[in-house]
This record gives sequence, C-alpha cells and structure tokens, in this order.
Amino acid sequence: MSQVPSNLRYTKSHEWVRDDQGVLTVGITDHAQDLMGDMVFIDLPKVGTAVVAGKECAAVESVKAASDVYAPLDGEVTEVNGNLAGGPEAINRDPYGAGWLFKMKPAKPGAAAGLMDARAYEDLLAAEG
Amino acid sequence: MVDFGGWDMPLHYGSQLAEHHKVRQSAGIFDVSHMRTVEIKGAGARPFLRYLLANDVGKLKLPGKALYGCLLNAEGGVLDDLIVYFLADDWFRLVVNAGPGEQDIAWLHRHAAPFGVDVVPQPEFAMLAIQGPEAFARAETVLGRQTLATLTGLKPFQAVFAGELFLARTGYTGEEGFEVIAAADRAVSLWERLVAAGVAPVGLGARDTLRLEAGMNLYGHDMDATVTPWESGLGWTVALGEGRDFIGRAALERALTAGIARKLVGLLLLGPGVLRSGQRVRCASGEGVLTSGSFSPTLERGIALARVPAAVAVDEECEVELRPGRPAPSRVVSVPFVRNGRILVDL
Repeated sequence: MSQVPSNLRYTKSHEWVRDDQGVLTVGITDHAQDLMGDMVFIDLPKVGTAVVAGKECAAVESVKAASDVYAPLDGEVTEVNGNLAGGPEAINRDPYGAGWLFKMKPAKPGAAAGLMDARAYEDLLAAEG
Repeated sequence: MVDFGGWDMPLHYGSQLAEHHKVRQSAGIFDVSHMRTVEIKGAGARPFLRYLLANDVGKLKLPGKALYGCLLNAEGGVLDDLIVYFLADDWFRLVVNAGPGEQDIAWLHRHAAPFGVDVVPQPEFAMLAIQGPEAFARAETVLGRQTLATLTGLKPFQAVFAGELFLARTGYTGEEGFEVIAAADRAVSLWERLVAAGVAPVGLGARDTLRLEAGMNLYGHDMDATVTPWESGLGWTVALGEGRDFIGRAALERALTAGIARKLVGLLLLGPGVLRSGQRVRCASGEGVLTSGSFSPTLERGIALARVPAAVAVDEECEVELRPGRPAPSRVVSVPFVRNGRILVDL
C-alpha cells in the first residue's frame, strides 16, 4: 500500500503539494514513483518559469518509462531540487521528502486548499485499482 | 508484474537498478521458465536441424555443446532465435522464446515428417539462470563441490546432465554464469537455496538492461519475421559454407547479391536522458529507428540498438529524437557496451 500523508494536497495526475506559508513544494506521490520504478533522469523547470495548472512543467524518467509532471496550480517556480540531477533515486527513496521536485508561488494565495486532500486521493487510488 | 509472452513475470523484486548491479558485481538468479524447451528425437535429428536453422548444427561434435542460431522463414525473415544443445546423434534440445514458441513448435512439426523425427515440447521443465562474477562461488554449497567442478569445467556454450539437473554455461547478461533446466519442483528448491546463499532474485527489467548492455538481441524488438539476420546484427549466426540447404538460404543469398541496405548498431546517448525503442535516429547517410533502448545502469547513460542505413559507421555522430522536436546527439558504437563487468565503449 502506498503512503498518502494526511498533511499534503494531491492532483489526479499524482503530484503532491505541501503548502508552507504560501510557498508550495511539489513532488510526485509514492504511488507514482512505485509505478515508474527506479528514476534515472529528471528534467526540471527553470526558476522563474510561469507554470499553468494542468500543463506539463517537468519530466521524470525511470528505467521503465518517461512521464510528464503537471503543474498543480497556476504560478511561478521559485526553487528547484538541484540534488536530483546527481541522485534521482531520492524520488524512490523519499518521494515526500528529499525527492521533492520544485517549489512555486501560486498566482492565487491559498489556491492549494482547492486541491484533493489525502482522503480524496486515497479514493482516487482505490478507484484506479 | 507484467505479461510476457503469456506469463506473469515480475519486472523487479524491489529495485531494477540494484538487481542489475548485483549481477554485474556479484550474482543474481532469474526465473526464465517462460523459455520453451523443445526436443528433437530420432536418427534424422541432425539433418533436420541443419535444414531448419541458419546456423549449422554440423559444428556440434561433442555431446553437450550448444549453438546459437535463428529459425528463418523462406523469405529469410527471423522466426525466432534459439539455443540448440547437441545431446546425442538422435537427440537435440532447443530452447526457444516464449512469444513465438507455439509458432516455432508448429513450424518444426510441419517440416518434421520427411526427416522422421519427433518434435517433443517439454512444458514441465522450469529454467533458472544464475549469472554474475560470483555465480559459481555462491552455487558451490548448493550444488556440491563435485557438481560445481563439473560445471566450471565446461566451456562456454557447453552443457551437462548432473543428476536431475541440466546445467549449461550459457546466459543473457554478458557475465559468467550458468542456466539450469529441471523439473519445476526441483527448480523451486534450487531457487530457494541459491537465494539463501546470497544470489539475488532479478526481474525482467534488469534482464533487459543487462542483455542490452551485453549487445544481445531481443526477439520481437531487434529482429522479427520482417528482417533478415544481416539486418539484425546476426550475420555471424548464418553458416553459408559447404552448400548446405536450409530454409531461407536462397532468400539470404539473393539479399546479399542485391546488397544489404540496413544494419543493427549500438548507440550511446552523449547527454542526459534515456533512449527508447521506436525513437528515430538521423545519421549523415539517412534515418533509422531504435529497436531497443534503455538507461544503462553500468554506463549511467542512455544506450540503444538501432537499425540504420548500412553506410553508417562506428564513431559517427547521429541525432536521436528523444521527444518530438528534441534531437539529442548520440554516437554509433560497436557492441557489446559491457562484458564481464567492464565498460567496452568510450564514454
């Protein structure tokens, strides 16, 4: 059973979002990393990039497959996880911690509250079987 | 778990990368029971296989010796690749792929009558592959010292019966090691004891990256019934000498006369990323397509096999379309990429 921390918000494309006083940290969920297998290459946006909710803004590639990462909300990228270039396996090891992808400032403060909570995401996973 | 030729097989037992490294550095065990064992029995077994295979079983003189080769159709297309073991003058054992296995057996049956041979599938056999620099050392306590000595005394591509086990010095990883064909219950206990002896279970994912690094073809990807061995890096398995007639020979000779337009080469991605089968590659002399591609855990680079125009040369730089509109520089290299734990291409 994959982990779904209760303090995070989620998208239906399997990104997670943590809201720290208005700055959002974004990564891919434990379920997503488990499906993809060992990560080998991560393509992150540049700091300052304007991202659009639901549009691709990063890519993660495992031995098995390449997958786009979609922006959870409209906003601007403020920081990226530089450690992933040399250690993409952090996403497999610690998807909600060391494996974070980027941080962003949402265009609309508080917008993260409109994303799925852990309960809703668990229901989605159950429905996807 | 994934479907592979009708078998549910694990892609990995935890981490594909860790399993890959385990085989390069220590020892791993693969359940390859999806591979089909088919035996050819009867006095006509050798002439039959000399007619069915593009490689020549006439090369097999010592009982236990094995040969890699292709079954071709009349057009010279590759129906399957296989290993054939010579056991006795009236007894050969073939190991064929899971996917085309049923068709292979039908094909063998279809041509058997004039040679008076029996085609005998052995579906009750399981098959394990134990591969890696420590494969033999770790197997010693399990197989016993005497059996191990017999095994290590074999030359590569040689096999022997040891009690209920058929042991062969073959594999699909580019490492030392052996394969075992045995009844299913024997194979299960062997698996359990080898794993207890420190041999790591390895899934289909690492099997693919290991064989790709070793420059070995995968049937259905790097060759199939629409291409000849010449276009598949398998020209070395075609024995055209001494006027032997075999299925596909006439077509292969016509193709040689006409000129071979394409060939299979290795590709090394020069920047970050992962090569994938189906991607297009642009070279100075024309376009080609990647038939197998992955991330090489040993090289930590994208690597691939690609079918390209025959004029493409080793060391030439090409561009692979990683994603639409994203060409990435790659270099043509000779395979294998890795053999016995050593990287054989310049990075």
